[in-house]
Amino acid sequence: MVACYLSGNEAIAEGAIRAGCRYYAGYPITPSSEIMERISVRFNEVGGVFIQMEDEIASICSVIGASWAGAKAMTATSGPGFSLMQEAIGYAAMTETPIVIVDVQRAGPSTGQATRVASGDIMQAKWGSSGDYQVIVICPWSVQEAYDQTINAFNLAEKYRVPVVLLTEEAIGHLRERIDIGKDVEIFNRRKKPGAAPFGTEERDGVPPMPAFGEGEKLLVTGSTHDSYGFRKTDDPVVQEKLVSRLNEKIINNRDKIIDCAKYYLEDARVVVVSYGFTARSSLFAVEMLRKEGRKIGMLRLKTLWPFPDGLTTDIGARAEVLFVPEMNRGQVAGEIRKYASCGVVSFTQTNGEVIYPETIVQELRRYL
Amino acid sequence: MARDMEQYLRPGVTRTPFCPGCGHGILMGLILRAIDELGLNMDEMLFVSGIGCAAWIPSPHFNADTLHTLHGRAIPAATGAKLFNPKLRVMVISGDGDLADIGGNHLIHAARRNIDLTVICASNMVYGMTGGQVCCTTSTGAFTQTTTQGNPYRPFDLCRLVIAAGATYVARYSVTQPFALKASIKKALQTNGFCFIEVLSPCPTQFGRRNRLDTPVEMIKALMDKCVTRKKAESLSPTELKDKIITGEFTDGVD
Repeated sequence: MVACYLSGNEAIAEGAIRAGCRYYAGYPITPSSEIMERISVRFNEVGGVFIQMEDEIASICSVIGASWAGAKAMTATSGPGFSLMQEAIGYAAMTETPIVIVDVQRAGPSTGQATRVASGDIMQAKWGSSGDYQVIVICPWSVQEAYDQTINAFNLAEKYRVPVVLLTEEAIGHLRERIDIGKDVEIFNRRKKPGAAPFGTEERDGVPPMPAFGEGEKLLVTGSTHDSYGFRKTDDPVVQEKLVSRLNEKIINNRDKIIDCAKYYLEDARVVVVSYGFTARSSLFAVEMLRKEGRKIGMLRLKTLWPFPDGLTTDIGARAEVLFVPEMNRGQVAGEIRKYASCGVVSFTQTNGEVIYPETIVQELRRYL
Repeated sequence: MARDMEQYLRPGVTRTPFCPGCGHGILMGLILRAIDELGLNMDEMLFVSGIGCAAWIPSPHFNADTLHTLHGRAIPAATGAKLFNPKLRVMVISGDGDLADIGGNHLIHAARRNIDLTVICASNMVYGMTGGQVCCTTSTGAFTQTTTQGNPYRPFDLCRLVIAAGATYVARYSVTQPFALKASIKKALQTNGFCFIEVLSPCPTQFGRRNRLDTPVEMIKALMDKCVTRKKAESLSPTELKDKIITGEFTDGVD
C-alpha cells in the first residue's frame, strides 16, 4: 500500500503516468486544469513530453501525432473544449489511434458554470463526431477509481486501438481522498507485428497490430476511407462497408470484455437505482439508508457508459419493477436505459450545478417503494 | 515523374491525381529531388499533410511514413510526432487554405515555438478540391466561386506573417523557378527550427478559368510575369511592384 492524499484530477495525472503515458498536450480549462499542471511537473521527473498547445484542437491532434510516433498519449479538457475535440476523436476512431481524452464535466451548455458540476456530456462523448464510430467511455465515482480507471483507459485504448474517454465530473476532479497508488496493475502495451497490415485483420471484429513512425513500415495513415494498408478508397462501397463495420464491431462484439459495473443488493430488489459517477455515491448512501428500513431496493453502478451495457440493463429491467435513474443532466442515461429495460424507468434530473444529495434521492425513491 | 525518382514513390502508385496544368506535380518532383540530392533516408522521414489537393502530394505517393490528417491540423499532428520522437525528420506539405485559413492559428504558433519542422505551403490562391472558392491568399479583385464580383478583401502575405511569428527560415518561390525552389527546400531540410516555404503553384482548373487565364500555359506565363526576385524588386518603384509577387529567401536560416 502506497497511500496518497490526492484530488481526482491529480489522481488522473498519476494514473496516466503509471499506465505509461509519456505525451500530454492540453489547453487550460476549468475544472480540468490541475491534470495538466500536475503532468507538466511530473513529466520532468519521469521523462515525458508535455506541451501546452494553442487550443484543444491542436492538443488532441498533437496527441494523435504522438501516438503514431509510439507514445501513450493523453489530453484533458471540459465540455466546451471537448466539443472542439470531437472532429479529431472521429479521426482517431477512423485511423484506429489509441488516445485517452479526459473530460471533467462542468455545468453547460456552452460556457455555463465553469466551476460547477454536471454530467451533461454523456451523449456528446458517444455521438459528438460525424458518422458511425465507437469510443469507449468510462466513468469513475471516487478518487481511487479515477486513478484505476485512467490506467484502464490506457489499457483499453491500446488493446482496441480506439479513443477512450475518461468521463468524470468537477466534483470528482476536485474531491480529495486517500488512495492507494501502490497496487500491482496490469499494463497493456501496443501489439506490434512488422509487415502486417496496420488497418486490417482477417477477423470482422479484429484489432490490427500498430507500428510507429520511424520503424521503416512506411505507414500510410489517413482519415479517408482506406484499405488494410491505408490506401485511400474514397468511392469504393465494399471497402467503406467493411471498414465501418470493423471499426464498430471490434468494440461492440467485445463489449462483454469491456463493460464493467458494480452491483449492490440486487438479489431481492424491486426498485433498482441505476447510477454512475459522483451521483452513484449519493445513490448508494440513499439505498443503504432505505435498506436499513427494510426496503427491497438495490443499485447498479455503471463504470462503463459506452459501449452501453444493454444486456445488463435488459437483465435487471426484467427482474425489477422500477429502475430509478438520478442524473446531473436531463436524463441522458435514463433515455438509453428505456431502450433496453422492460420495466418502468424513472428519470430524476437535476441541472442546477450542484451534486444530488442522498436525502433528495431518498425522498424521491419513497414514491416508488 | 522521371524514372530516377521512382525509388521514392510508394509501390502501387502509378499516377498523380492532379489536373493538367497543376503545379503540384512539379513541386512533388522538386521535394523528392531535394531529398535525393541530400541523400536523406526516407525511413527517417515523416510527411504530414492536411486536407486538399496539396495534401495529396505526399499521401500516398511518397514511400515513407505519411500522416494525412484533418483539415488544417497537419502542423499540430506533426508537432506531436516530432516532439515525441525528435529523430524523425518531419515535413508538412499542404495547401494555403489548409495551412493558413483553417490552420492559421497552428501555423503562427508553430512558428512562434520554432518547432523543428519544414513546412511547404503549396499556394494556389484558391480552394481547389472543393470547387474554387476564395481563400486567404486570393488577391484582391480575383474572381472565384464565392467572389463572383471580385474578392473584396486583401490577401495574407504568409511569409511576412510567419517571419513576424518567429520562424527561422522563410522563403517564397514559384514552381516556375524550379532550381531556386529545390535549393530552398534543401536549405530548409538542413536548417534546425521552423522553416516555411510558400510555393506558388498554378491552378488552371479552379482559378485560371475564372480569371482569364484559361490554359495552363497562360497561367504559367502569368506567374512568371508576376514573380520578381528580391534583388530585382529592390530596383523597382512601388508602382512597378504593384501586383507583383516577390520571391526569394526572407530570412537567412540562421538561428
